[in-house]
Amino acid sequence: MDEAAEGMTPVPLERPGRFGRFGGRYVPEALVPALEQLDEARQKAAVDPEFGDELARLHATYTGRPSIVTEVPRFAAHCGGARVVLKREDLNHTGSHKINNVLAQALITKRMGKTRIIAETGAGQHGVATATAAALMGLDCTVYMGKVDTERQALNVARMRILGAEVVAVEHGSATLKDAINEALRDWVTNVGTTHYCIGTVTGPHPFPEMVRDFHAVIGEEAREQVLELTGRLPDAVLACVGGGSNAMGIFHRFVPDEGVRLVGVEAGGEGVESGRHAARFASASPGVLHGAMSYLMQDADGQTLESHSISAGLDYPSVGPEHAHLRDSGRAEYRYATDDQVMEAFSLLCRTEGIIPALESAHALAGAMEIGRELGPDGLVLVNLSGRGDKDMHTAAAWFGLVDEGTQ
Amino acid sequence: MSAVTTTAPGLADVFARCRAEGRAALVGYLPVGFPTVEASVAAMRVLVEGGCDVVEVGIPYSDPVIDGPVNQDAMVTALAGGARVDDVFAAVRAVRDAGAVPVAMTYWNPVLRRGVERFAADLAAAGGSGLITPDLVPDEAEDWLAASARHGLDRIFLVAPSSTPDRLEVVTTASSGFVYAASTMGVTGARTSVDSQARGLVEKVRAVCDLPVGIGLGVSTREQAAEIAAYADAVIVGSALVRTLGGEGELADRLEALRSLTEQLAAGVREGRA
Repeated sequence: MDEAAEGMTPVPLERPGRFGRFGGRYVPEALVPALEQLDEARQKAAVDPEFGDELARLHATYTGRPSIVTEVPRFAAHCGGARVVLKREDLNHTGSHKINNVLAQALITKRMGKTRIIAETGAGQHGVATATAAALMGLDCTVYMGKVDTERQALNVARMRILGAEVVAVEHGSATLKDAINEALRDWVTNVGTTHYCIGTVTGPHPFPEMVRDFHAVIGEEAREQVLELTGRLPDAVLACVGGGSNAMGIFHRFVPDEGVRLVGVEAGGEGVESGRHAARFASASPGVLHGAMSYLMQDADGQTLESHSISAGLDYPSVGPEHAHLRDSGRAEYRYATDDQVMEAFSLLCRTEGIIPALESAHALAGAMEIGRELGPDGLVLVNLSGRGDKDMHTAAAWFGLVDEGTQ
Repeated sequence: MSAVTTTAPGLADVFARCRAEGRAALVGYLPVGFPTVEASVAAMRVLVEGGCDVVEVGIPYSDPVIDGPVNQDAMVTALAGGARVDDVFAAVRAVRDAGAVPVAMTYWNPVLRRGVERFAADLAAAGGSGLITPDLVPDEAEDWLAASARHGLDRIFLVAPSSTPDRLEVVTTASSGFVYAASTMGVTGARTSVDSQARGLVEKVRAVCDLPVGIGLGVSTREQAAEIAAYADAVIVGSALVRTLGGEGELADRLEALRSLTEQLAAGVREGRA
């Protein structure tokens, strides 16, 4: 199976920017030239050894790649006895997988001769990573963040400002991630001559979904080798949380040709799909366009975007990367969801059995692993992308578990 | 239903008349449902009475990425008040009955959600002449190109100062009615001066097609209207009208202020070529 998989190449896209019927480029005409410029720049970079060397050097000396894998037997005892291996993207500089994409896009920004980089952020991880890359490379940086998120992630706002970025709290609409993206797009359409919009996930107009996936594919390339070396075989299932879906595409991509490996995305079930307060797009949504791409979208009968909900700001988004929509409809990947309750149980369990505090986003994948492990039983082998660390979530977790002393809230 | 038939005047008739009168056309935008559905329809009638040749009937949308704060806030108000896509067709009918040419303006997802074919059929049945699509480029518009052709609707795509010659060719080839040229890079909203890029863009569009060219984004005064009317075929005004309609005081007073602004702009489009 391994040798056969090595010989396979990914099925080419039917047309540029489309994953089956999903993806595309639904944008104001004013942005089309910038998207064409970006597509050309990233294609040139992809075959330019100088770019590849520079990115590899940064990953080795700055990001901390390759990230390690950690087998977690005490956690796995709660997963039906299946073996569980974590890919430790939480150990990257800035604390999540986001830095993989941001460093690459910052290099591309410079190659395009642009001097300013803007980003949206939900939990703050992508904003912090972008502010970090901007500091490293001497770029001006503005980060758009929903007002609600600036309040629940105040420490990350401080981190970005300390790194020299301007943070703009967006008060329009639901004042969360989707509104931050709207505002970033408005900035971009106004300042596109000097500014690159560093989208933080595998959504948005072509070429973003494909490009961001490619910049994260290193996760799956490393993990596949590491699991083979550790266990002598491929995993039965690869799990990742899915908001926009960048960490999931990053770890899935290399495994897509491995037909025996299940690819499992875990969405935010929030307070339960029946409650309406969730971000389980595949459990409830229908195809639609948001932020430049056709994908599954939480929308009402008139096509107005519905508000999503999750305990983790990073998964609180009403649409999902178009390639996930295609992987789902084609049957190559499967998607389930974990509710806030399940997520907090998995979060607590990993902390107490393994001494690893995961991001709440990543805890969704852990909740999925507990289910999948039980389905597979003791012979199973599960690889989980631990996409980020949980330091940023201490406030939320402490409140959830009642660990905040009176007066310190 | 008589006005719906092919005898109803369309955009081509508007531009022919304006050419004969030696002036630019005045195109006014308002979103349906702001401040209420009923008041928005009344306001659109005021635009017609005040001298708009074409009324852009806007569909409020939850994520209007090319709109500035004035139009965003109006859409939030409209949606919170329960405005629906169905209300747009009634507004289109009202504009038609008032004697102007109605076109709808919408972000793409509400059309996709209704179904492109059904949307086109409903718009045509209501007397609409065409559709302005700020976040749909012709490259993604296969279904709309077919449906608009079937229902005799004009396709008004946008061009921008950033548009390359290749893009101008792509966009204008797919366009009909007129070409909507964004005067500047950015979102909707009144500006003290309309960019000098606007004139250059009109010239670039004229070099690749014979369609009328309208200039929008940032126009708010009679003087600006006159300045643009000197070189463009249409002057498009949006957020300045929305701001006036959403101002302080009683609705009746705000409608009078809207009428007065519209009349000023209508005078402006007649002055530019003096």
